[in-house]
Amino acid sequence: MINRIVVGAHYGLKDWIIQRATAVIMAVYSVLIAAVLLVVRPSTFEAWQGVFASGVIKFLTFLFFVSLFYHAWIGVRDIWMDYVKPTGLRLSLHVLTAAALVGYTAWAAAILWRL
Amino acid sequence: MSKRMVQFSIYRYDPDKDDAPYMQDISVEIEATDRKLLDALTKLKAKDDTISYRRSCREGVCGSDAMNINGKNGLACLTDIDSLKQPIVLRPLPGLPVIRDLIVDMTQFFKQYHSIKPYLINNDPPPERERLQSPEDREELNGLYECILCACCSTSCPSFWWNPDKFVGPAGLLAAYRFIADTRDQATNERLDNLEDPYRLFRCHTIMNCVDVCPKGLNPTKAIGKIKDMMVSRAV
Repeated sequence: MINRIVVGAHYGLKDWIIQRATAVIMAVYSVLIAAVLLVVRPSTFEAWQGVFASGVIKFLTFLFFVSLFYHAWIGVRDIWMDYVKPTGLRLSLHVLTAAALVGYTAWAAAILWRL
Repeated sequence: MSKRMVQFSIYRYDPDKDDAPYMQDISVEIEATDRKLLDALTKLKAKDDTISYRRSCREGVCGSDAMNINGKNGLACLTDIDSLKQPIVLRPLPGLPVIRDLIVDMTQFFKQYHSIKPYLINNDPPPERERLQSPEDREELNGLYECILCACCSTSCPSFWWNPDKFVGPAGLLAAYRFIADTRDQATNERLDNLEDPYRLFRCHTIMNCVDVCPKGLNPTKAIGKIKDMMVSRAV
């Protein structure tokens, strides 16, 4: 392949919007869960379980984790784009990062619905 | 104020002679009428004519004498000597290859500038006199067209240091918005397409070094935000 610098992948806007949207979701969730914990003040494991037994809290917590992982995907991918120049190595790191984050999402779901 | 001495620490590098760049301590006597850094540099050049820097208009219009002054990019001709802590540390603009002393190779910078097609694209036959705009539409171009391409902003931008070959940089993006915002231009969609890229536009992480250093007081970050807003309103 000839060594020419090519740009123009024609994406970026969607990621930029999602990064901002997920940040808002995480911020709102942090305030909400802090308020819930302040009101309920769970001191035992059973009380903690009780808080997360609620379907709404389960849904919101899962939404928080999905937001966190998508947000992390964009941030970590940007780091690979800045610091790792060889395309093959960068692609491998992208795949590994995406795989890890998908795994974490499933893991978060498993933990939440096991509670 | 009478004659006084100014202390400098200047980045020196002549690739024909020097193995590596070094900092040279040098002082020069200036007159009471010498107020700007460029005045002192002119005196310095008379004392040691091997010191190299670019200059032309000496009044902040040509953008030639951009350099890193005490750690911050700026124009020597617009910087008051009295506002600077001595010794005044002068280095070439960061992130661009040094040709000699304070002179940098701006090729990469102008390549990015040209990549956004910095000219009006309008395929209608030109009217007899001129293409008209309403005063409101013209107002939007204020703070955009004044850029003198001195490169102070782009060379203070970490995103540009990391990806100068792929990120357009604040100067180029300000110019891009200048034509996107121009109601006489007909290539808005193509211009937005050209920038919709994780590198070309979205490497901007709103660090705002560009706003901090612009000698003309312009705000590239705001222009970049407006480009993003237009992309959002086009997409949703």
